[in-house]
Amino acid sequence: MLNPDSLKQIELEAQKYPEDKRASVIMAALSIAQEEKGFLNNSLIDYVAGVVGVPPMRAFEVATFYSMYAHQPCGETQIKVCTNISCQLRGSDKIVERLEKRLGVKLGEVTPDGKIGLKEVECLGACVGAPMLQLNKDYIENLTPEKIDEMLDQLAGVGA
Amino acid sequence: MSTINIEVDGQTLEANPGQMLIEVTDQAGIHIPRFCYHPKLSIAANCRMCLVDVEKAPKPLPACATPVNDGMVVRTQSERARSAQNGTMEFLLINHPLDCPICDQGGECPLQDQSIEYGANASRYHENKRQVKNDDIGPLIATWMTRCIQCTRCVRFSEEIAGVMELGMVGRGEHSMIKTHPDGEATPDQVGAALCSSVNSEVSGNVIELCPVGALTARPSKYAARVWEMQNHAQISPHDCVGANLNVQTLRGEIIRAMVRENHQVNGYWLADRDRYGYESVYADTRLKRPMIKDQSGWREVGWETALRHAAAGLNTVKQRDGATKMGALANPSRTVEELFLLQKLMRVLGSDNVDHRLRQDDFRDDLLAPLYPGSELEIIQFESLDRVLLLGSNIRKEQPLLGVALRQAAVNNAASISAINMLDYDFHFPLANTHIVSPGDMVTSLANVAVAVSGITGVSLDADIQKRATDTNAQEQAIAASLLSGDAKNKAIIMGASALNHFEASALSAISAWICEQIGAKLVKLPEANSAGAWLAGCVPHRAEHGKEVAKTGLNAKAMLAKPLSAYLLYDLEPGLDASRSGEALSSLETADFVVQCAAFVSDEAMNYADVLLPIAHYTENSGTYINCEGRVQASRAAADPFGEARPGWKVLRVLGNYLELEGFDYIDLADVQDDYVLGDEQIVSQSGASVNDSPVKIDSKAIYRYVETPMYRLDASLRHAAALQQTMDTPTPAVGLNEKTLVGLGLAAGAEVSVRQGEIELKLLLELDNRLPDNQAFIPAGYAETSSLSGYEPITLEAG
Ligand code: SF4
Ligand code: FES
Ligand code: FES
Repeated sequence: MLNPDSLKQIELEAQKYPEDKRASVIMAALSIAQEEKGFLNNSLIDYVAGVVGVPPMRAFEVATFYSMYAHQPCGETQIKVCTNISCQLRGSDKIVERLEKRLGVKLGEVTPDGKIGLKEVECLGACVGAPMLQLNKDYIENLTPEKIDEMLDQLAGVGA
Repeated sequence: MSTINIEVDGQTLEANPGQMLIEVTDQAGIHIPRFCYHPKLSIAANCRMCLVDVEKAPKPLPACATPVNDGMVVRTQSERARSAQNGTMEFLLINHPLDCPICDQGGECPLQDQSIEYGANASRYHENKRQVKNDDIGPLIATWMTRCIQCTRCVRFSEEIAGVMELGMVGRGEHSMIKTHPDGEATPDQVGAALCSSVNSEVSGNVIELCPVGALTARPSKYAARVWEMQNHAQISPHDCVGANLNVQTLRGEIIRAMVRENHQVNGYWLADRDRYGYESVYADTRLKRPMIKDQSGWREVGWETALRHAAAGLNTVKQRDGATKMGALANPSRTVEELFLLQKLMRVLGSDNVDHRLRQDDFRDDLLAPLYPGSELEIIQFESLDRVLLLGSNIRKEQPLLGVALRQAAVNNAASISAINMLDYDFHFPLANTHIVSPGDMVTSLANVAVAVSGITGVSLDADIQKRATDTNAQEQAIAASLLSGDAKNKAIIMGASALNHFEASALSAISAWICEQIGAKLVKLPEANSAGAWLAGCVPHRAEHGKEVAKTGLNAKAMLAKPLSAYLLYDLEPGLDASRSGEALSSLETADFVVQCAAFVSDEAMNYADVLLPIAHYTENSGTYINCEGRVQASRAAADPFGEARPGWKVLRVLGNYLELEGFDYIDLADVQDDYVLGDEQIVSQSGASVNDSPVKIDSKAIYRYVETPMYRLDASLRHAAALQQTMDTPTPAVGLNEKTLVGLGLAAGAEVSVRQGEIELKLLLELDNRLPDNQAFIPAGYAETSSLSGYEPITLEAG
C-alpha cells in the first residue's frame, strides 16, 4: 500500500525506539503515510498499524486524536489558518472572512476543483507574527486581507 | 522486602514501597472515590476523581497513580482534597446526561453513587451538552455513549485482559468517543449504527460491569428491571470446568440477568460471556412446559402422573423382555452432581451399568486406569504464574475462556513460553513460541517425538511403548521439547483440551503427556467439559460407581451405547444428534430403540422422532445442586427461580421415576438427603497420570479426506443452543465445510459454492469455505447443528461439487 521509500522511512523511525515500544512509531508512520497518499483513510490506517505492529484500533486512536492527520482529500494546496487566541486578538476573523469569500468555501472544505483546502488550526507557535497561516509548509505572518488577496492571486497564477 | 509506613487521615498504615496509594487505602478500608482505577487493569489516572491531599505536594495528587513514600502524610477528607474531588465531579457531570431515571445502570452506578457524596445539588452548567451516537457493537452489549465519562476501563480491559483491542477512544477532548473499529471507509463522525464492527471477544460482557456509568450495559436484559428490585441468587456456571461464580438476578421470581460474583480462587472479577448470557435460554419459546407422551395418535401433553407411569411401564417392559443390560442412560455433563448421581443410581438399581456422560469422547481404553476424575493438577490461581506450557489439542481461549485469560496473563506478565500441538491453527490471544499443526492421525506421533526429544535433552531413557510410536523428530518437535526444558522455569504444564481428550487415541496422548510431565517436572492439566469431574465422582460412568467405587461388571460407555441400538434409553438433558460426536450413529440407534425417555428443559426436534416420553426438567438456573470444577473444588449453586411451566427440578423427577419403577432407595425428602447418600467431601487435586500407550494404534488412511469435528463454544448443550444472544455472535458460525487451500485445489473445488458431503450412506449439502487453519486432507464440519447431525465422528468423507 505504501511505496518502498515510505516503508524505509518508517523503519528508520522505528529504530529510534526500543523494540518493545513499537507504539511510539505510530505517529511518525502515520505522517509518512499521509505524506505519500495525501490523507489517511481507514484501510491506510489499518495498513500502517500492520507495518508498525500494533492493533489497528490503537493506530485509529492516534490518527483521530491529532489534527494534523487528514481523513479526507484536503486539496493539493493546503491553507491552515490559525484562529487561536493571539491571532484572534490580532484580527484572524477578517483573514478567515476574506479567505472564505475568495475561495468560495468554508473552513474545513476544499474548493470544488480539489485544488485548495482551507482548514482552521490551533496555535502554530508563531504568535509573534499573528495573525498567521500556514501555506503548505510555509508560515505566512502579519496577515491582512490585502495580503490574502496577493497570496491567492499568486497561487492562481501558478495554477494557470 | 521491608515495608514502610504512611499516614492517612491520622491512621498509620503499613505499605510496600512502590505500591500505589489507593491500594494501601483500599486494604485499610479507607474509601477514596474513583472511576478509572481497577485493580486488574493498568493505571490510566484520567478521571481524576481520586485526588487526595498529600502533605508537601503542591497540588492534590491522584491516589491511583501516586506511589507511597515512607512517612507520607495523606488527607482524604481535608478541605483541599474535598474541593478537588467535588470539582472533578462537577466537571464529569458537565457532559453527562443525568438521565438516571431511564438508565439501566441506575442503582448500581458508581457515578450516581459518588455524585451523591461529591456532587453539587444543582448544576452551574447551562450550555448545551454534547451528544454521542450509539453504535451497534453486537448482541451482548447495549451502548448509550452520551453517558460515557472516558475512563477507558473498557478500552484497557479489551486490550489487557481480553487480549484483543476491540475498543478504543477516538477523537480528542470534547470530541473523544469510545468506538470499535470502523467498518469500511466510514469516518469517525459518520460511524453510527451499521458502520462499526462488533465486539467479538468471548469475555466481552465484563465491560458492562467495569463501565462506571450506563454507557455499556447488558443488551439482552435492557430495560427489563431496576437493579434495586432484583434479588441475587448465588450460582455456579455449568458451562465449563472452571465453575465461575455468578449472581443470577430475578425480579418477582423471574430471571432477568447474571452478573459476576467475585471469587479470587476461581474466576476473580471476570465471567466468560457464556457464563453471563447462558441464562437467557431459560424463557426461550422452546422450553418444554408440560410432560408429553407419544402413542398411536402422536404426541400429546399429559399430567406428570401419566407421564411417569408411562415412562416406568415402558422401561419395565424392556427390562422384562430384553433384560436390564439392554437399557442405558446418557447424561449432559453440565448437570449437577446430585442429578448425575441419581441417574446412575436409577440405572444401576434397575440392573444396568450402562451410564455415561461422555458423548464426545472416542477412546475409552484406559477407563480402568483413569484417575478419580479428569482434571487439573494445577490450581486455577496458579495458571497466571505458569512459565512453560504445552497446549495439546486445546483451544483454551474458547473452551475455558477464563483460563485462556489467565494463560494470557502468564504470557504477558511472566513471559511464559507457550507451545501448541493442535489439529487446527486456533487464533490465540497470546503469542505462541511454537505452533505445530498436525492432522489427527499424527497427534500421537508428534507428541511421542517431543518425548524422544525430551529424553535426548535430559538423558533419561525413553519408555519403550512411546518409542514405538515415534518417528523422526522434526525441528518443531525439537523446539517444543527445548522450550519446555529451557531456563530454570519451575511452573510448567501440559494442558490437554477438548480435541485431545476427545481424540481417538486420547489414552495414548494422556500417557505420553504424563511421561513428559514426569520428566520435566510439569503438571498435567486435563480440561474436560463442564461438570465432568462431578459426573465421574457421581458415578455417571459405566465402570465406576460414585466416588470411584468399583462395580461388579463394567457397563457400556456412551460410544458403545450409541453405536448399536439398545432397547431403551434414558436421556438426561441431551440431544445426542447435537451432543454426540458420532451423532449420525446416535440418531439411528435412538430411532431404532423401542423406548426412549428424555428428561429435557427444551423441546427438541430430534426427540420428537425418537422419544416416547418427555419429562420437563428445570433449566440449570432453576436448579439447586453441586458442581465440581477441574481442580476438584466443590461448589454449591442455588435455584434462582421456580422451574418454568410444569417443569420440576431434575433430582425430583429422577426420584419419583425411581418410585414409579418401585426401586429401593428412592425415598429422598429433599436435596440434602440426596447429598447425604453419596457423601461429597472436599475433593482433592488428583494426579492425572495412569493412562497407557495402547499398542494398537488407530489406522488412518493417509489419502482419504477426513471429517474433522469440533463443537463451537455456544453449541455445546441445549441451554446454550437456545440462548438467543449468544447464537447471534461470531462464535456461532453457520455450519459449513472448511478445507485448506491445498486440499481445495487438489479436489478441484471452489470456496463459496455448495458441495455435497458423503459419508457412507449419508449425503448432505453444505457451503464450502476456505479455512487455512486446517492441515491437509481435513474437512472441518462442526457438530452441534441439525444440518450436520447425520454425520458421525472422525471418518473419511467424499466431497463433490454441487
Ligand atoms: S464506555 Fe464506560 S468504561 Fe468505557 S470509557 Fe466510557 S465510561 Fe469508561
Ligand atoms: S495563536 Fe495563532 S500562532 Fe499562536
Ligand atoms: S481513579 Fe485515579 S484518576 Fe481515576
